[in-house]
Amino acid sequence: MEYIMRRRCDSAASVPQLTNSPTLIVMVGLPARGKTYISKKLSRYLNWIGVPTKVFNLGQYRREAVQSYKNFEFFRPDNEEAMQIRRACATNALKDVVIYFSKDHGQVAVFDATNTTRERRISIVSFSKEKGYKVFFVESICDDPDIIAQNITEVKVSSPDYVNCDKDEAQADFLKRIECYKQSYVPLDDEKDRHLSYIKIFNVGSRYLVNRVQDHIQSRIVYYLMNIHVTPRSIFLSRHGESELNLLGRIGGDSGLSPRGHKYATALGGFIKGQHIKDLKVWTSHMKRTIQTAEHLGIPYEQWKALNEIDAGVCEELTYEDIQENHPEEFALRDQDKYRYRYPNGESYEDLVHRLEPVIMELERQENVLVVCHQAVMRCLLAYLLDKTSDELPYLKCPLHTVLKLTPVAYGCRVEHICLNIEAVNTHRERPGNVDVTRDPEEALKTIPEHF
Amino acid sequence: MMRGCSRSKSTQNLDRTVCMTNCPTLIVTVGLPARGKTYISKKLTRYLNWIGVPTREFNVGQYRRECLKIYKSFEFFRPDNEEGLKIRQQCASAALNDVRQYLADGGQVAVFDATNTTRERRETITVFAEQNGFKVFFVESVCEDPEVIAENIVQVKLGSPDYTNCNTEEAMEDFKKRIKCYENSYETLDEVLDRHLSYIKIMDVGRRYLVNQVQDHIQSRIVYYLMNIHITPRSIYLCRHGESDLNVKGCIGGDSGLSPRGKEFAKYLRQFIQSQEISDLKVWTSQMKRTIQTAEAVSVPYEQWKALNEIDAGVCEEMMYEEIQQHYPLEFAMRDQDKYRYRYPKGESYEDLVQRLEPVIMELERQENVLVICHQAVMRCLLAYFLDKTAEELPYLKCPLHTVLKLTPVAYGCKVESIYLNVDAVNTHRERPEVGIHTYIHTYIHTYIHTYIHTCMHTLI
Repeated sequence: MEYIMRRRCDSAASVPQLTNSPTLIVMVGLPARGKTYISKKLSRYLNWIGVPTKVFNLGQYRREAVQSYKNFEFFRPDNEEAMQIRRACATNALKDVVIYFSKDHGQVAVFDATNTTRERRISIVSFSKEKGYKVFFVESICDDPDIIAQNITEVKVSSPDYVNCDKDEAQADFLKRIECYKQSYVPLDDEKDRHLSYIKIFNVGSRYLVNRVQDHIQSRIVYYLMNIHVTPRSIFLSRHGESELNLLGRIGGDSGLSPRGHKYATALGGFIKGQHIKDLKVWTSHMKRTIQTAEHLGIPYEQWKALNEIDAGVCEELTYEDIQENHPEEFALRDQDKYRYRYPNGESYEDLVHRLEPVIMELERQENVLVVCHQAVMRCLLAYLLDKTSDELPYLKCPLHTVLKLTPVAYGCRVEHICLNIEAVNTHRERPGNVDVTRDPEEALKTIPEHF
Repeated sequence: MMRGCSRSKSTQNLDRTVCMTNCPTLIVTVGLPARGKTYISKKLTRYLNWIGVPTREFNVGQYRRECLKIYKSFEFFRPDNEEGLKIRQQCASAALNDVRQYLADGGQVAVFDATNTTRERRETITVFAEQNGFKVFFVESVCEDPEVIAENIVQVKLGSPDYTNCNTEEAMEDFKKRIKCYENSYETLDEVLDRHLSYIKIMDVGRRYLVNQVQDHIQSRIVYYLMNIHITPRSIYLCRHGESDLNVKGCIGGDSGLSPRGKEFAKYLRQFIQSQEISDLKVWTSQMKRTIQTAEAVSVPYEQWKALNEIDAGVCEEMMYEEIQQHYPLEFAMRDQDKYRYRYPKGESYEDLVQRLEPVIMELERQENVLVICHQAVMRCLLAYFLDKTAEELPYLKCPLHTVLKLTPVAYGCKVESIYLNVDAVNTHRERPEVGIHTYIHTYIHTYIHTYIHTCMHTLI
């Protein structure tokens, strides 16, 4: 009963209750200015911190309506037929936004389109006013031809639109597409648009203009957008080496490394050296096992309390068998909703995400980073980087003695799993079939991993 | 335990932060008089110190007052007043010298609070910073709203030492002429000419911001903070939950409900809130029973923040101070040694609490009228932020039960009203004891030796 009550008015999410109106984020900018990149990244971040967000990409709607793309002529401003189709697509997208907010409990919708004319933006603003949505514009302005060319290569050339073209054809056509928009492009204006809420991003973040931030969520969005960058880099995630408590199948605690754990740490050092990473930052938690692991690397490291493992409260240092014996009901409740379940006197995954938000923000600011952490923590970070839902998050596989190398590419992240070939216990517990509080102990213990 | 982080200067950055601090940062304000530069400088300094970044502001006006002793009139500031210019130049140099000293001596951020309205002056500062290995970040405040400026002048200028012998009209007139002296030579930070500088331009008291070339973590945090503060008049009410059952027993921590007197307090709190007739009051509680029960009685919608939960006393949870003394005497003494940084085994320190409360402070800055129903240690941290208390003072701030603190920002600080709601409660405040760890060890050794000798003698006999 207690647990359910705790959830009711829960502001465990990083944002205080957003009881107010939904927010419509409207992207603005010529093609190849990073609008979709920003839309997807922002949506991933907001969902991770617990704000239901969805991207509505107009290009998708157009592709569904038109089926096969011929060439840039579709986008010519004097192509009446195409104009009609494009207008219809925009209307449909906004209809879906309404459904998302009213029926699907969405909180933020990102309308990802060029929205380059004042006329179009005015119609979106009236639409929002009518429905009671707040509007926040995100305009990306870039006139660096190198960045634009790079964009086109990374994401346009491989788009469904150009599936039958070679690289150069695609590039040339896309450049002509951009020209079609340039003539009618009216950027957000300091004077005329002074009543709108927006952020203007110049040249991939060297400069920002922020106007009339209305509320908390817009302030968080601005802060996030001002911290992300597109400089190539890699993020390495690893757990500490196998610990003494791991060997005994006990959760939590603050034990040191087992002999195999030390071996792993040495291997990790070798691996890192072999990667020849420029300016690598190493982060650990405040717990012995991550610090001992980092010590083997021979590189300066920084300790973050925020990276400490999830606090299992009354279950700290117990085995799963102990938990089943002493707290069978709690054990079942956890299996029912592993993301939101909070150990008595401990934390939930949801709490962890909140705790880790400053780590994510700093990860965004940084370049090459190795994070030596813990199972639950690594699951949370991974879920952010790979856009996993809160249902998937607590069951992500993060085995000991394996390094994950994440490299941002196009709109997502490439993941390489590098197992360093040092044996370790398995600490992953799958969701058992029976999650009822009345289940038999055997059913509860079916999926627990082996231990000494 | 900061091994491996040789770059970090102090042990302060324990929990959270990345070593924000390779080189020190020099924040330079820019703007005409009465644009809020000193307000921003002081507030920013207070915030940075609270989150553990040693910061100090250097107000050139102060230096001028010390140098000049008596302020006659705006004529001092006339651009053609050669002597005046010389003195002002000297003052700026003296201030920069002190900045250099401060940043070499353990300071992390220095806020150079002056008009710095010419490109030439800013160039000098940039060169100074470069020579000394400081990063520079400009904070410009631009405002043309005559009402805002007039209000500024009334709030902070008329009461300035410069105008102790003038009446309101004279002071206002003189100050306006003072502003005029700067206007002609004012060169605002320019998008093109200054595109290589790192800065934030705040326009119209926060309606609009231009942010350029943010270099690092601390600048990013500063920008975020500056973009969340406002000057709309409002009040923040802080109080603890009503007296709890564990309070009555003399136990710390735990998650008990309200005692009968605590429930009484909650009723009085409701009456008090109603009598204040506050527009759009937001009410925040922690996720612990005693604050929630208190808010329930106030009968206003409230939001629960886990971040507002009381400090986790780890192994000492739900113990009385006597029990802690008995079971963990060494820990108990160590806590008294350094109550701010001391972390209960398996628990938290005040320093951890501050870290945890930072998002709460950020949101408090964004909000207007708020009532925060929280706990003793938490309230001490929040109070320390608003009243600019040091880490040494913080853990000993008095936050008694059944007392509401009403904080109203005024001029450069905060007016505090303490309202005791006349319901008796236990006192949970423990002063810093005279006995330190040295005395503890002395007593321990003394007792040990005495017992040993006693035992030996008995054995011999």
